Amino acid sequence: MKPSDLGELALRNLREAVLRNALTTLGVAVGVASLVAMLSLGVGLQQFTNRRLATSGLFNAIFISPLTNFGGFERRNQAPVAHPRPLDEAARKEIAALANVVEVYPQIRFLTELRYHDIPYTTAVSGLPESDRNDSAFDGMEGRFFSSPGADEAVLQIRFARQLSRDPASLLGQTLVLHYAARVPLNAQTAASDAGAAPGGKAGAAATTGAAGGFSVVPREQPLRIVGIVSSEPEAGFGGFRGGSVFIPLALAQTLEATQVSDLRQVLQGPSEGRDYASLIARVKGSGDVAAAEDQIKQMGFRTFSLFDASRNLQLLFALLDLLLGIFGSLALAVATLGIVNTLVMAILERRREIGVLKALGAADGDVKQLFFAEAGVMGAIGGVAGVAMGWFIGRMLTWGTNFYLHRRALPSVNVSAVPWWLALGAIAFAIGVSLVAGIYPAARAARLNPVEALRYE
Amino acid sequence: MKAGQEAVAIRAEQVSRHFSLGKTVIRAVDGVTIEVAGGEFLALLGSSGSGKSTLLNLLAGLDRPTAGAIFVDSRNLAEMSSLDLARYRSRTVGMVFQAFNLLPRMTLEENVELPLRLAEVDRGEREARVREALERVGLGKRAAHRPGEVSGGEQQRAALARALVNRPSILFADEPTGNLDSKTGTEILELLGEFNRALGMTMVMVTHEAQLAERFAHRVATLADGKLAADGAKR
Ligand SMILES: Nc1ncnc2c1ncn2[C@@H]1O[C@H](COP(=O)(O)OP(=O)(O)OP(=O)(O)O)[C@@H](O)[C@H]1O
Ligand SMILES: [Mg+2]
Repeated sequence: MKPSDLGELALRNLREAVLRNALTTLGVAVGVASLVAMLSLGVGLQQFTNRRLATSGLFNAIFISPLTNFGGFERRNQAPVAHPRPLDEAARKEIAALANVVEVYPQIRFLTELRYHDIPYTTAVSGLPESDRNDSAFDGMEGRFFSSPGADEAVLQIRFARQLSRDPASLLGQTLVLHYAARVPLNAQTAASDAGAAPGGKAGAAATTGAAGGFSVVPREQPLRIVGIVSSEPEAGFGGFRGGSVFIPLALAQTLEATQVSDLRQVLQGPSEGRDYASLIARVKGSGDVAAAEDQIKQMGFRTFSLFDASRNLQLLFALLDLLLGIFGSLALAVATLGIVNTLVMAILERRREIGVLKALGAADGDVKQLFFAEAGVMGAIGGVAGVAMGWFIGRMLTWGTNFYLHRRALPSVNVSAVPWWLALGAIAFAIGVSLVAGIYPAARAARLNPVEALRYE
Repeated sequence: MKAGQEAVAIRAEQVSRHFSLGKTVIRAVDGVTIEVAGGEFLALLGSSGSGKSTLLNLLAGLDRPTAGAIFVDSRNLAEMSSLDLARYRSRTVGMVFQAFNLLPRMTLEENVELPLRLAEVDRGEREARVREALERVGLGKRAAHRPGEVSGGEQQRAALARALVNRPSILFADEPTGNLDSKTGTEILELLGEFNRALGMTMVMVTHEAQLAERFAHRVATLADGKLAADGAKR
């Protein structure tokens, strides 16, 4: 028989026992819906996480530090290095010139004192690179990001802002004064202490003498205008470098020359021209560029670390999650399959005579088999399409419910479920495939029916 | 052999069909040798249970003999694959039954179309052939009715139309008048006779009404206990 005739006869036969076939098809639809809903959750969560990670800046960043003979986790198999290459301005320029490297900047984070209306608060201050402007953490911020890379402006973390005022929004436009310990090279000490504005500046200066790399520490202050308040915590990043309460432009942070913990270690390492970086972050275009850039930086003689591999493990985790969700979702479809087998076996008993007539009129065993297969396939296709629609709807409801809950807690909305086209088409194809498998036994049985016996039945 | 009759259309040689029921063996057809000439109208007579239907089903390729050979167009049905047997039923054979065997949920038109679908005849050609067949049996106006909406005689006419729509060369009829009153039965047999004459179709008809057989068939063969008891041309 031609496929068009086969399909027509199959549809016609399905219409003849509407209720039974509709219920069977509904069973398939429910099975597919549960599968699609489960997988859409997996996909939705994965998309959500991937989007978060992509904009978090964690997966396109390479953490660079000099090779120190330190009991670090990756040094175990390496011979001690006598003269590690310093991570200085020259190295920074060299790394910045590598292919696909967008930006190379130091981490600047220091604990210090801030005054607001002359009340002191101790808190951590971090410098944010210009590229953080696009970070998802700043999506729903109040106010705005820094007006320019070197502006005397600050963005506050909401918790810190609440410490300053009951009404954090009123802080926008106000001025904070940053008190910090500036690092001044020894030969410039006199000038620096003269410039020191705070009283008792000299007394606070802890002079380091002897080595050429020594410096003194001088108290200074810097007024900052509050321009924004972030409610979600920006990803803390490597070593929590962004985990501050007050954020200032990185370029400004660099000009401040605030003393950082790592400065002390550097002093002990001996003389070097200019100032070395304790560590640098290199940002590449995409997470796919990390591996190559990381290799090149390693060859230059630095230690590197990236979360690239961690992201690969995450993908594996999601694949496993999808598999588990898929297995649970498939259970309902498996039950629906039994419904198809049952319906078609019943149909054979009812349609004995019809099968006998078809054979007498010239139908081959294969024609009868194909007819039953087509009926199973049509039920699978209709059930599949309906099931995808139902599954999509269930996913929407889950998202809606989740967001209703999140909104009541004043949290931003999340798309917990997604039905991409491959999931929709795949689920329909799977439903048809499973239905055809369910049709194998009934179809074979129908094809085997002896026409003489079928026709003798009165 | 009469004028218009060609060489042998069907030749059954020592054909047997035995059924085993536990220890007993039922010899429904037992060593029958019979020939049907092309264009001939043969009536198979016999009492109930004599094996008429069983023999007819063997000749029509619906069943296989347990022994013997059946030659149609010099091919042995007993040795054909089941696919070839299906093709034989589709292209060479038309069948009519006592119980009409129309599919109840299809219209007469759709019932008549079935053999064309199975033979993969083009859609464009089907409609004309269905119409022609229905008109030949006088059902042109009842085409859109379902079997349950027409009389027994009309149902058997539709079944006849379905049997001849694919232009088979042999038509097998198993008690086609068995469920009809004698007037309607006679009308059906007149149609069969007309197909035989006008279209040159070979007819093999099972019946237990000797009078009708005598009146319409060229030759009457009688079965008794699965064996051929009498085989003779009557005219
Ligand atoms: N599948 C079968 N299994 C067992 N016995 C069978 C089978 N088919 C037919 N028979 C037996 O074979 C014999 C011949 O049956 P068949 O139907 O050919 O008779 P018939 O001449 O057509 O009778 P009727 O005039 O009543 O239709 C009967 O005794 C019947 O019971
Ligand atoms: Mg019979």
